[in-house]
Formats: sequence, structure tokens, C-alpha cells
Amino acid sequence: MSPSPTVAPAIELIGIDKKFGAVHANKNINLTVAKGSIHGIIGENGAGKSTLMSILYGFYQADGGAIRINGKDTVIHDSQAAITAGIGMVHQHFMLVENFSVLENVILGVEGGALLGRGVSDARSALKRLEADYGLEVDPDAIIEELPVGLQQRVEILKALYRGAEILILDEPTGVLTPAEADHLFRILGVLRDQGKTIILITHKLREIMAITDTVSVMRRGEMVATRQTSGTTVEELAELMVGRRVLLRVEKGPAAPSDVVLSVRNLTVKDGRGVTMVDNVSFDVRAGEVVGIAGVAGNGQSELLEAITGIRKPASGEIFIHGQSVTGLDAARLRTLGLGHIPEDRHHMGLVLGFEESENSILGYHREGRYGRGPLLDLDACRDDAKAKIEKYDIRPPNCRLKTANFSGGNQQKIVVAREIEHDPALLVVGQPTRGVDIGAIEFIHRRLIAMRDAGKAVLLVSVELDEIRSLSDRILVMFAGHVVGEKTPDTGEQTLGLMMAGIAA
Amino acid sequence: MSTASVPLPNWITYGLMPFLNLVVAFLISGVVVWFIGESPLEAVKLLLQGALGNGEGIGFTLYYATNFIFTGLSVAVAYHAGLFNIGSEGQAYVGGLGAALASLALDHYVPWYVTMPFAVIGAAIFGAAWALIPAWLQAKRGSHIVITTIMFNFIGAAMMVYLLVHVLIVPGKMAPETRVFLEGGQLPKLDWLIAMFGGKIGAAPFNVSFLIALFMCVVVWALIWRTKFGYEIRTLGASPTAAIYAGIPYVKTVILTMLISGGLAGMMALNPVLGASARLQVEFVGGAGFVGIAVSLMGRSHPIGIVLAAILFGVLYQGGDALSFDMPKITRDMIVVIQGLVVLFAGALEYMFRPAIVRVWQRFGKA
Ligand SMILES: Nc1ncnc2c1ncn2[C@@H]1O[C@H](COP(=O)(O)OP(=O)(O)OP(=O)(O)O)[C@@H](O)[C@H]1O
Ligand SMILES: [Mg+2]
Repeated sequence: MSPSPTVAPAIELIGIDKKFGAVHANKNINLTVAKGSIHGIIGENGAGKSTLMSILYGFYQADGGAIRINGKDTVIHDSQAAITAGIGMVHQHFMLVENFSVLENVILGVEGGALLGRGVSDARSALKRLEADYGLEVDPDAIIEELPVGLQQRVEILKALYRGAEILILDEPTGVLTPAEADHLFRILGVLRDQGKTIILITHKLREIMAITDTVSVMRRGEMVATRQTSGTTVEELAELMVGRRVLLRVEKGPAAPSDVVLSVRNLTVKDGRGVTMVDNVSFDVRAGEVVGIAGVAGNGQSELLEAITGIRKPASGEIFIHGQSVTGLDAARLRTLGLGHIPEDRHHMGLVLGFEESENSILGYHREGRYGRGPLLDLDACRDDAKAKIEKYDIRPPNCRLKTANFSGGNQQKIVVAREIEHDPALLVVGQPTRGVDIGAIEFIHRRLIAMRDAGKAVLLVSVELDEIRSLSDRILVMFAGHVVGEKTPDTGEQTLGLMMAGIAA
Repeated sequence: MSTASVPLPNWITYGLMPFLNLVVAFLISGVVVWFIGESPLEAVKLLLQGALGNGEGIGFTLYYATNFIFTGLSVAVAYHAGLFNIGSEGQAYVGGLGAALASLALDHYVPWYVTMPFAVIGAAIFGAAWALIPAWLQAKRGSHIVITTIMFNFIGAAMMVYLLVHVLIVPGKMAPETRVFLEGGQLPKLDWLIAMFGGKIGAAPFNVSFLIALFMCVVVWALIWRTKFGYEIRTLGASPTAAIYAGIPYVKTVILTMLISGGLAGMMALNPVLGASARLQVEFVGGAGFVGIAVSLMGRSHPIGIVLAAILFGVLYQGGDALSFDMPKITRDMIVVIQGLVVLFAGALEYMFRPAIVRVWQRFGKA
């Protein structure tokens, strides 16, 4: 449906400019978003997408420029003002109180009076209404930390709608979702648009842009370089606009030459914190020179399997061997000395300390090594030189190893982790969601590095909810369902077949 | 979402904000003083004069500050690992035993500078020992360190009284204290340091412990920011899950950190026991352990901040004494109230003005 031209655009950004010290994150950005449309924004990691949205949401103040909402000049000096102007935001990293219920999170900050009673029951019926209108089912009494990410995200959307949002900003909403969850989200967004809401969608997945947006804008290095009608463009054109060169959207690799077994898992059973069995009697091998992919819908035990192999969680029973040596129950530090590298699924909780300088994170887990200082001492110069080399090689932006890690864009944070783990040249690399939140140029780069690891005779174990990624990188695919490995397939197996196995329907 | 994660330049976070907090604490104190019918301006003048007006005042101020530097460092080291050590008070108290034993054993035979290293080590070992059980309980059993260290403050106090009354007391004397150490068991005054600035130290007990405290500031700084263990401490404090990911051993890190924290608290005893009274007395710590919490908070757990905050509290202690002497209406208790206000604003409410400052900064700061 195309918006009528007489209606003022929902959002007009005029000449928005923003600097963080030496980093020019937004350069004179102009953007017009029509009312009742879904507008995609794409761009490389660090291009300035999140910054621009944070300005619109009042989280940062622009150094220059103006914002017009529904044709009216609007000053948005904090997020409260944004909410008043009808803008809601679902952040790249959720902002929920983990041990509160859904309902409590939704009303947080808008409780309505000092006593909770009235507000809560009002909110409950309001939630019911939103659920019915937009297909946003979620149990209002569920505790956030017990919900899968897909539902947590729904809570974020509910929060925004409950506050009366007419304009909804979603920053990389599908980064953490399974394909099915993503589809569901897009259906919800479609309904929202049809009811007249305006949506801005930031994503790295061009497929999603093509599937759901009406218009798409491309950012590169702080500038808005192009805006296109989605129907009039192609994935290839967008990729080129984003990166400034042609991008190979497929992984090129020769046949694998597997040799000795590096990782061997035998009858492994792993329980989660509540004592529920998440991995049930699983056995498999990974050989030097091959990539083994584990496919599965999130929550079927892949995370716990990775945690057990990488020394983060003690298995309940079974054994793990690296190069034939039993390593069951060893901690991550010992495992690293035995040649394990680990790119964790959740970079914010595990892979990085966000308050540290970049250079400090580039040694995390390897900090005891002699090259980072003699004996007990930490040699900061050595750490920084090392970090600078990785920044250069992996094109981490901005190239400043003294910058606080939290101030890097999401994709660049991921590159910090990937660089650290690959550069330590492990014999066995265990990888969870390596390209989550990473732009297509960087995906291409990371995929190449992983294949290069394989070709150099390393063993790679890969877990990803991106079926495409699993299929294009793996030499063998193990499908996990409900804690079991339900089958092993070759990478040319059709998406359909794998999908059915992942759903526990076929084996 | 609010202003909480909007970045501010360092000079605001570490300079302007503590300063504003301090100003507010003093303004409210001023109102209190005015209420009881004294002139606030006069009171400030007396306070500053008492604390900094002459060599003796400065000596006292720095004497108190020395205590607070040790306990502030103690709290800070634990804090970097995400541990809240409320037990510096008790650790310092027990540390006094270690220091005193060294002096009692050696003062007949050797000069002070030979005794000193033994006393330092004794104080540190005894203080560390007093932190060991809470540390172990936290690391192995998950008993909360705040609770256990508070309990150990009480146990420590009871134990020290018992020892002083029944074991260490000089036979035939009434006072629960050890014998007076000979010169070989004392730390000399820093009269020459005050004299360098043209002052006279008078009766102030300002002594060599101050230099030890400054030295420990450097040691703590190097430990936290220039060693691999310090890196592990900071990782654990900033992100326990990242620490597991990196294979940083939780039990070992928690216990070692608390031993260091307890050791620093124990060393505080050098100042009053070997430096001031030349004997071990009951309750010589006098709340310095708790002030250390405020000093560490206010000093943002950094040695430089801790030294500045410790001197501020030294001024309040010494100046407060002088003030209650000159203005009888302002009692000792009033001084405690004023100190409490500073703790409240500079420590507990340290971020109170942040949202407002962020707003002003966003609107005008970058022009
Ligand atoms: N608070 C900050 N301080 C300093 N630099 C910052 C800050 N926030 C963002 N930046 C920098 O501004 C640039 C733009 O970052 P932004 O987060 O907007 O990128 P992005 O387009 O959202 O990238 P991604 O796709 O990786 O999420 C980056 O170079 C980033 O490092
Ligand atoms: Mg972003």
C-alpha cells in the first residue's frame, strides 16, 4: 500500500550531524520516512545507523540538524520527549528487567500513581487488547529471563505500543531470532503497518529488506548514500551501495580434507541451571580440516553443548577429548592452552567486558600468555601493539585500541572477538553465531577466515541459527532437536529436509 | 531508558561531580549550624583553620588521612573484583595484633627501621587472616561477603578485647593495653616533613606510616592496572560471566583479592599502634574501616582519588575536633552528622546530579 502524498511524512531528518570525538558518526543526514510505511536502513558496521536512531529517540543530541515529526518541528532532548512524540524503540540489545514479569516490564516507568493496583489491572487489559490487535501473544506473568529471545523482543514491542508509539524503530531485531521467529516478527510488523504505524527497520539481512520494506536507505561511513524503492532495487545493488564494491554473497570453498580426530564427544549429557537435561547422550567427532555445523532451532541444547565443550558448564556425564586427551570438566583457561578457541554465542555476556578498552578485550582469556608481559606483569604496550595488528587485519572501526568497547558498534564488537580467537590460531575452534549483527562485507570476511582455518588443518565446530550459514560453511551437518543429535547430513541437503529435522518431524 | 549511559568527559565525572556533591553536603551542614545559632561561615573558618591552619593541625589531618588511605585502598581492591568488603574495620583491628607482636618481640634489640618491615608484614598477615574465612565462605559456599565481613568485625572486636584484657595486659595495670613499645618498636614522626613547609608538628602523631600508605597506593595501582592478576580482578568485577569464559578461577581470585584487601586494612594499624600511641589499645581503629568505604567510593576506587578523599576526611576529623573545641554548641555528635552528610552525598548519592549535569552538558557543553 502506498501512502497518500498529501499526508505529511511521519519523520523528516534534516541535516543531522553527530561527532564522538574524532569519529564523525553522522554526516549531514537527510531522511524522509512516509507515514504508514516500513523503511529499511542498511549499512556497514559502524556506518552510524544506531547513532542516527539514538538521536531520533533522544538518547543522543545531534550536534546539528533538525527533526520533524508529522510535519512539525520537534525537539527531542530525551527519550521521554521521544515517547511523547509517539516514537518507540526496540534496541539492538534489549532493555528489560530480567527478573521482572512481562507485565511489570511493560508498565515500568508508566505505572500510573504510587499504588500499583489500578495501573496493573489497566495494563493487563491494555496488553490483552494489543495482543488481539497485532498478534503479539505473550504470557503477561512470565518472567523475562525465562522467555526465549523472540518473546523478549515481543515484550519490547509491547512496551513501545503500550506507551502509544505511532513510530516504531527496530534496531537489528532479527539478529537474535530464529528464522521462524523472524517470520513471525515480520507478520506482526506487516499488521502494524496496515494499521497505519510507521516502522524503521535496521538490519544486515538484505533478504529481509527485500521481503518486508517499502523503501530502503543505505548508509556508509556516516553518510546517507542512497534511498531506493524496494521494488525497484536488487540485493546485489544494495550490497554494492553498502560496501562500495561488489560483494560475494556465497562462500567459495574447495572440498574438505579431513584428517585426525581433534574433538571427540562421547555420551555427553548436560543439564542447565535448573537441572533440566538440555543435551542428552550426544556423541560425535570433529576432525582436523573440516567444519562440522550444528543446525537446530535455538533452545534445543546447542548452547549448552557449546558451553560444556568450552569449559563454561560442567557436563552431568559423558566425556570430551581433545587430541585423544580427556578434557572433561577442565576450565576454559586450561582448554585454551590445549588449543581451544571459542567465539561465544553471546558476546556481551561472555566474549567481552564492555567497560574495558578494546586492547584489554583483545587479550581476554589469553592474558596469561608470556607475550602480554613477563611473569605476573601485564605489558600494556605489548597488548596494544597486538590489538592494533588485529584492528588492522580485521578492519575494526574506529581503529582505536584505547576506545571503550561499549562504544564500538555491534558488528565491530563481534569482530573484536572473532579476531582474538582466530588470531590465536587454535587447533579446535568452537564458534557460536559468528556473524550475528555483522555486515555483509564482514560476513564474507569472517566466512573466508573460517574456511581458511579449515584449509589450514584446523577443526571447526560451528553452531548457528542461520541455516544458510550452516549450509554454506559446513562439510557435515549435525541436526539437534530436544537435546539429541537426530541426524547427520551433507551440506547439499535441502533446506526443507533440514527444517523438518530441526522441527523433530523427520530424521 | 534515561541519561544513565550517556558518556560524559572525565573532568565532569571525576572533578565536577564530586565537587558539587561536596558543596551540597557543606551547604546543608551550614544550614544545620545556622539552626543551632552559630554562624556557618565562622564554623567553616574554624574548621579549616583547625585542620590546615598550622603545622600541628596539618599533622593531625594527615595522621587521620593515613588511616583512611589504608582502609580506602582495602575497600577499593575488593571493589574492583565486585566484592564489597565491609570488614576493613575488623581486619585493621586484628592487624594491630600482628604489628604489636612484631614490636613487642623486637623493640629491645633493633632500631625501628629493622622492626618496621616485620611490623608491616605482621599487620598485613593478621589482617589478611581475618579476611580469609569470609573470603573462603564467599568463594566456596556463596555466603555473602557483606554479611560475613560484618560478623567478623564483631568477632574480631570481641577477640581483641579478650586478648588485651586477659593476655596482653601489663600485669598489675588497669588499662587493657600492651606495654609501651621502646623506640625500636615505634615509627618515628615526620616532623621534618612538616618542617620543610615551615610548620611545627607539635603533638601531632603524623609518622612514617604516611609514607608507607603512599607507597601502598603505588603498589595497589600497579597491582590493579599493571599485572595479570589485576586484570583478572577487574574482569571478575566487571563481568563474572566473561571471567568464566576467560577461565579466570573464581575461588582463587576471590580469596586472593580478599587477602590483599584484608592485608591493606591490617596495615592501617601501623599508624595508630606503632606511630601514635606506641602500644596496642582497645578500639584503636575508631571507625576508620567504615570511613574507608566512603573514601573508596568517593575516590572512585583509584589510588589518587583515595588519597584526595582520605585527606578530605582527615580535614573533617581534625577540623571537626577543633571546631567542637572552639564552638561548644557544636558537639562531637554534630561533627559526626556533618561527616555523615559528606558520606551521604559524596558516596551514596554520588550520581544524584548526573541526570541534570547530562542535560546541561548536552545542551550547552558542546557549543
Ligand atoms: N558513545 C560513543 N562514543 C564514541 N564513539 C561512538 C559512540 N557510539 C558510537 N560510536 C561510534 O560511532 C560510529 C557509529 O556507530 P553506530 O553504533 O551508529 O554504528 P551502526 O551503524 O549501528 O553499526 P552496527 O551495524 O555494527 O550496529 C562507530 O564508529 C562507533 O564506534
Ligand atoms: Mg548498530
